[in-house]
Amino acid sequence: MEDRDDIIEYSLYNHHNEEEGKKIRKKIWKVTFILTAITAFEIFMGVSYSKGVMEHTSAWMWIKLLYVVLTIGKAAFIVIVFMHLGDERKAFKWCILAPYILFIIYLFVICRHEGLSVIWGAYGT
Amino acid sequence: MSDHHHHAAPAVDLNGPAWGGKISPFKVSYGKLMMWFFLVSDALTFGGLLTAYGFARHAYGGAWPSSETVFHHFPFAGHAHLPLIYVAFMTFVLIVSSVTMVLAVEAGHRMDKKGVIFWLGLTVLGGLIFVGSQAWEWTTFIAGPDGDFWNFGPNGDNATLWYNSYGAPQSAHEHHGDIAHSPQHYAMFFFFITGFHGFHVFSGVVINIIILIQVIQGVFEKRGHYEMVEKIGLYWHFVDLVWVFVFTFFYLL
Repeated sequence: MEDRDDIIEYSLYNHHNEEEGKKIRKKIWKVTFILTAITAFEIFMGVSYSKGVMEHTSAWMWIKLLYVVLTIGKAAFIVIVFMHLGDERKAFKWCILAPYILFIIYLFVICRHEGLSVIWGAYGT
Repeated sequence: MSDHHHHAAPAVDLNGPAWGGKISPFKVSYGKLMMWFFLVSDALTFGGLLTAYGFARHAYGGAWPSSETVFHHFPFAGHAHLPLIYVAFMTFVLIVSSVTMVLAVEAGHRMDKKGVIFWLGLTVLGGLIFVGSQAWEWTTFIAGPDGDFWNFGPNGDNATLWYNSYGAPQSAHEHHGDIAHSPQHYAMFFFFITGFHGFHVFSGVVINIIILIQVIQGVFEKRGHYEMVEKIGLYWHFVDLVWVFVFTFFYLL
């Protein structure tokens, strides 16, 4: 391919030297440790306070909430650090995140409501 | 900035007005932008599947099997009761393969060909272990409590799209009517969600192998950058991201 001066290779702006690389790798290993620790904790909870045992206690709602918070936390680390979305321009970040978050919250709320309506409608609870 | 920059300097001012044309306002290439847009659409598909799963569970009330009572097997461990431990292993393998992938991307940013080959090679290995584990998980799930995979006859307890013997919790019996269908939906969602995700992993492994071969051939060294590794990296991290949610919503909740 011959050189053209109207093509911008944006990837070149992500290049870094060995010294910067060391810092970036340190951050990667830190995030690895955090993700592993959260997963290990989730497994501990899943085995010790399993759904089958806890489902009918009042604590179950809080355990569920804890799982969701931890999961979204893990997802944030993966998207921001591993997928480098944290390093992108602000307009790009929102272009990716805003439509998805908006739609998925709507979908979740509407499906949860409809799902509960089915059982409430059927059994009159 | 790297010395490998052997392209002509861009004729436009990158620090000029972002929306004035000629440059990407996001400072990313077309390919990377399209990969992100594809991932958003794919995330909507997975979001839809998991939400449908949530809908079915809410609609059936308490009548739903607990995953830790279904998935408690471990390869070569005989009848040992190890709830969720193998899924934990699979989750860990996928997280580690995501780490090796991001290290391959980092090596690419230093134009370190050997580093990219090493870390991308390990990512392929991690992906293969995960796909193999999923095959084992499916085999065990289908075989059912009697452990006989090949008994699909009327006397077997094999899980299919129409039947499985992973019953609902005891408390479910206070309800009537649709309860008998709940475990059936459990197997359907298991096959569809983990199957759809597993196919993504399989595709990812194939794509990673293709790019690994190109890295070895020196295609990207000649090009002056390893952006292709960044792009397949985005896809691979996404596959890990989805599994984080599948793990929580299917196995823990």
